[in-house]
Amino acid sequence: MKAVLLGLGAGVLFGTGLVLAGMTRPAKVIAFLDVAGDWDPSLAFVVVGAIAVHLVAWRLVPRLGRPLGGGHFALPTRTDIDARLVVGAVLFGLGWGLGGYCPGPALTAAASGAPSTLLFVGAMIVGIWAHARWEAR
Amino acid sequence: MSDDFTPLASSLGGALIGLASALVLLVQGRVAGVSGILDGVLHPRPGEFAWRAAFVAGLGVAGGAAALLAPALVSASSDRPPVLIALAGLLVGFGTRLGSGCTSGHGVCGLSRFSRRSLVSVITFLAVGALTAVLVGRWLGSP
Repeated sequence: MKAVLLGLGAGVLFGTGLVLAGMTRPAKVIAFLDVAGDWDPSLAFVVVGAIAVHLVAWRLVPRLGRPLGGGHFALPTRTDIDARLVVGAVLFGLGWGLGGYCPGPALTAAASGAPSTLLFVGAMIVGIWAHARWEAR
Repeated sequence: MSDDFTPLASSLGGALIGLASALVLLVQGRVAGVSGILDGVLHPRPGEFAWRAAFVAGLGVAGGAAALLAPALVSASSDRPPVLIALAGLLVGFGTRLGSGCTSGHGVCGLSRFSRRSLVSVITFLAVGALTAVLVGRWLGSP
């Protein structure tokens, strides 16, 4: 129950942040990525704003033995740079530059019911599924 | 520069994203990477499903509220043809899972902890994203 409340609250906050930041407007994202066009640097401020706050949280992790909601921390530990990381980032970048959506904003904006957003989310889910199948081959 | 430049709203939005991610980290003990969260909803594992499903629902609540109160903020106006949007979705879905993260997982959470992997990922997807947007923009005839 605690986990559900945490998830819901965090999701609402996160989605609100995305909307406020302008990330749920693919045209605005593309205007940021298309540095040769009518450039809109706004999204640089999103990541700076986010990191400025989130950095503080990471520094608190070592001081907490456990997460505040109980259980244990399950955090990334890998430090190696491998082909999957890079190729994955290339493919993601291609998709992001093509469509102007990354996962969070797409899921958030999908609630509007706009057909093109729903199409993107559907295709994204297929892509996730396809990757799982590919890894399990 | 575009006259759609919104440094204040974007910074504030970013701060909320950082705060939400901080909650997931400090309360749930997990990284708030949306591609991983969605993956965990699609491929449920015991103990890892409920908070993720609730998080995705929360995104939907925020988006739904925006659609009612400020619909211009969630408009799908990229003017891209459906076939490109579908291709984009496939690439984002596959690529974020292959690369273990997206803008939130690597960009916010990873960079905040000075992860080398995330730095490489972010530089890569930003550069490729920019190149793609530039090329597609010229091809489709943007201003």
